[in-house]
Amino acid sequence: MSTTHDEVSSLADGPSVPARRPVRFLRNWSAKLATVPMIATALVIFVGCTGWTVIHSFTNSKLLPKLNWAGLDQYRRLWSTPKWYVSIENLAVFGALSLIFTLVIGFVLAALLDRKVRGEDVFRTIFLYPFALSFIVTGLAWQWILNPELGLQSVIRSWGWDSFTFDPLYNARIVIYGLLIAALWQGTGLVMCIMLAGLRGIDEEIWKAARVDGIPTWKTYTHVIIPMMRPVFVTSLVLIASGIVKVYDLVIAQTGGGPGGASAVPAMYVMESMFSAQNLGQGFAASTMMLLSVVIILIPWAYLEFGGKKRG
Amino acid sequence: MADPASLNTLAAIDPVGDRTGAVGHMDGPRGRRPRRTVSRANIFLYGTLLVVSLYYLLPLWVMVMTSLKGMPEIRMGNIFSPPVEITFQPWVKAWAEACTGINCDGLSRGFWNSVRILVPSVVLSIAVASVNGYALANWKFKGSEVFFTILMIGAFIPYQVMIYPIVIVLRELGLFGSLWGLVLVHTIFGMPILTLLFRNYFASVPEELFKAARVDGAGFWRIFLQIMLPMSLPIFVVAIILQVTGIWNDFLFGVIYTRPENYPMTVQLNNIVNSVQGVKEYNVNMAATLLTGLVPLVVYFASGKLFVRGIAAGAVKG
Amino acid sequence: MLVPNHSVRIRDLTLTFGAVTVLQNLNLDIHEGEFLVLLGSSGCGKSTLLNCIAGLLEPTDGQIFIKGRNVTWLEPSERGIGMVFQSYALYPQMTVRGNLSFGLRNARIPAAEIESRVARAARILQIEPLLDRKPGQLSGGQRQRVAIGRALVRDVDVFLFDEPLSNLDAKLRADLRVEIKRLHQNLDNTMIYVTHDQVEAMTLADRIAIMRSGKVMQLGTPDEIYNRPQSKYVADFIGSPSMNFLDGHYEQGMFRSGDLNISMQGYKLGAPQIADRPAILGIRPEHVATGALVSAAPIQGEVVVDLVEPMGSDTLVWAQVAGKPFRIRMDGQARVAPGDRIPVGLDPSKASLFDAKTEERL
Repeated sequence: MSTTHDEVSSLADGPSVPARRPVRFLRNWSAKLATVPMIATALVIFVGCTGWTVIHSFTNSKLLPKLNWAGLDQYRRLWSTPKWYVSIENLAVFGALSLIFTLVIGFVLAALLDRKVRGEDVFRTIFLYPFALSFIVTGLAWQWILNPELGLQSVIRSWGWDSFTFDPLYNARIVIYGLLIAALWQGTGLVMCIMLAGLRGIDEEIWKAARVDGIPTWKTYTHVIIPMMRPVFVTSLVLIASGIVKVYDLVIAQTGGGPGGASAVPAMYVMESMFSAQNLGQGFAASTMMLLSVVIILIPWAYLEFGGKKRG
Repeated sequence: MADPASLNTLAAIDPVGDRTGAVGHMDGPRGRRPRRTVSRANIFLYGTLLVVSLYYLLPLWVMVMTSLKGMPEIRMGNIFSPPVEITFQPWVKAWAEACTGINCDGLSRGFWNSVRILVPSVVLSIAVASVNGYALANWKFKGSEVFFTILMIGAFIPYQVMIYPIVIVLRELGLFGSLWGLVLVHTIFGMPILTLLFRNYFASVPEELFKAARVDGAGFWRIFLQIMLPMSLPIFVVAIILQVTGIWNDFLFGVIYTRPENYPMTVQLNNIVNSVQGVKEYNVNMAATLLTGLVPLVVYFASGKLFVRGIAAGAVKG
Repeated sequence: MLVPNHSVRIRDLTLTFGAVTVLQNLNLDIHEGEFLVLLGSSGCGKSTLLNCIAGLLEPTDGQIFIKGRNVTWLEPSERGIGMVFQSYALYPQMTVRGNLSFGLRNARIPAAEIESRVARAARILQIEPLLDRKPGQLSGGQRQRVAIGRALVRDVDVFLFDEPLSNLDAKLRADLRVEIKRLHQNLDNTMIYVTHDQVEAMTLADRIAIMRSGKVMQLGTPDEIYNRPQSKYVADFIGSPSMNFLDGHYEQGMFRSGDLNISMQGYKLGAPQIADRPAILGIRPEHVATGALVSAAPIQGEVVVDLVEPMGSDTLVWAQVAGKPFRIRMDGQARVAPGDRIPVGLDPSKASLFDAKTEERL
């Protein structure tokens, strides 16, 4: 406002322009160079390879990928294969149950631990250690425990309950529950930890206010705490869901897909089509369907997470 | 605010003398309220926690017990009971003699394969991701956020979608079947989560520190190596924990991208336990399973709170 | 015309982030050895401007000269500046000595030279005993001294301060403020100092630039800014408690607001002749005469006390003038109670008159 403007204009455009004019593209070239691996991964692997698979799912590739267009043939064949149906059904049942149970158990355990429990660290360590183990180890351990002749069933029978029957690994109808028990054992600790972090993040004064207002503890949880933890639940949900779609190792180790293919999952179908049945096109089509299911899970979440924020 | 009238009555009931404690004795509750330690709520609380703990501890107990028994005892007895006669033979056999296909040199081969995969994978993936995260946090350039977003979305793509084309890429690079191919795959698939981890960490470092370093004439690498690295030790430990357990536990990539002689421990374990030939030796199987789980378990118990921090950092999106 | 030596000059500086304009065609000349304070509320662009001068932000348009050299495209380290940050920004894993010498080592200055510069800075700032400690072992005040030292060792002409005292508690802030002033007197460097604290600005500055939405609202000495604010915004921003404003009309040397008629005789108008128009009269609470001083004031009246805020050294009295709250600053020893009628006096020469529409000084 009150700066002198006039005497300067001659000075300003004339002298002492630095010798080295920075070129836009070369600015921060170190940073750009350093992120080349990331850019390559994003473009080549995540975009490129995914696109490649989707494109090849519309071909009749058998042993080798070829661009012989076959339209929706692979999808038509996929959806008329009983084994694919079994896989989808398994995934749906397993997914729904493990989603519900993981969330419920995870939250309840976190809420219990949040009640200023003595030995909290010990309990947390116990609940979480299975998460450090691989699905292979998990699957093999439960395979052994659920062994009908020597495992849990025989032990309970030996205690006098002769008719007790729980043989999921040998019973096609309930095999999925055998997997569920193992999956919950391995994965609930993680969700508990996330929930516990969420509970710890809630302002202590909320609890004080509820206490002053005379609201019972359980009601505080259902009416105040759980609604406040919505983002934590959403995060857990997305995490569990995207894990479920990938389920593979556990089934391989625990049941091998058996008995009689009863515990097959889509990931197994993909792997078998690609690497043993030499039917690449089927594998690509099936994996594209898996991708589609993830997209269906992610879009509402992304909308809730990011779409909502922009409006707010 | 209380109205003056009630304040007056309050003062009348409770004259100054009482409030200052000049009167020695008054009736009614005083001090800490008595509370029973064994309340019904506490019984429920600890009862539940103990029962649930049993469910979580049971498999570990069973595995350890089974691995210390001889086969005759396993066939006779119950899986929960401790061994009558402790034998370490199953452990020895699992480590050095168990067969997969034609190889009968036990899990030790898989163990060393896993180590050979693990070390370069952890080093490379963390090196790449930490630099990525640093660049994304402090040296944003046009498009950097786009690539990061793609990377984050990529973390949700089922591996099965990308597996086959990556086989082709690795074959073109001449790495298919080799350990280095697998190292590359681990670096790629570890990148989203690790980059997020490092990006968020470096973003939480005060920006002014970065500015001060620039005024002091330090560039991209110098700021990274001399300022950022020395102050980010905890996050590196978290990343190492995350990667060691993740890579050690991997099965899918190991089975696809390596040849049988390079199979990591998890793959070999599965082949030993789930092989259809021969008599099932449950004690050896459990010893092998425990051996495979030992590395992540040691990491878990040794790292304690950092492990929790690691998975929380991995789970809660930035 | 005698042109003073310019140390930093800013020409038509514009900075936009997408659709948001942070700095708007800004011009500023800072003299050699001057202590310039950039003052404004948060988001006014003062820190952004400082970062542009430092080279930490790239302007969208415009030029920056330091010591006659166009530095618009230069790296921060090449500009001949030293910078002190609000959060100190000390490198946590380096000792104080390491912090002070890091920049010099990067510039490949000989070790002996580094040694002597660090020693000199440490002596000036009295941090010699701390040289081998790490920042974590220092108190807030000591840390800020080290941060100043880091700028000092660079041996530069221009010091940039980005709210350096905001993280300190009130007492320490007052102490360090004096030290910075003393430092400036001894070193005679150009200093550009960003703050939102008007006390810091008034006490430290040779000149203050008051900023708002990316523009300089007024540039002047603390005295000019305080006594002759060029706009209602500046008048309102400076002074605590803030200025009283009365809405009304300026008519032939009189200010009228409701029943109130105030003769503006003695007020220095910006132009010889001012047309009648809606206007705003600004009166600082401390410029309202009370007690024995009322009789000396050109204009006298009486107000009813609404509320009293005793603050020790002085007492703030709230009253009603022309139907609006009106603050009066009285001596701390004055004894007044709500409901009292007290005589007050005004001096138009100390008041400020603004156009109601443009809010600029008349």
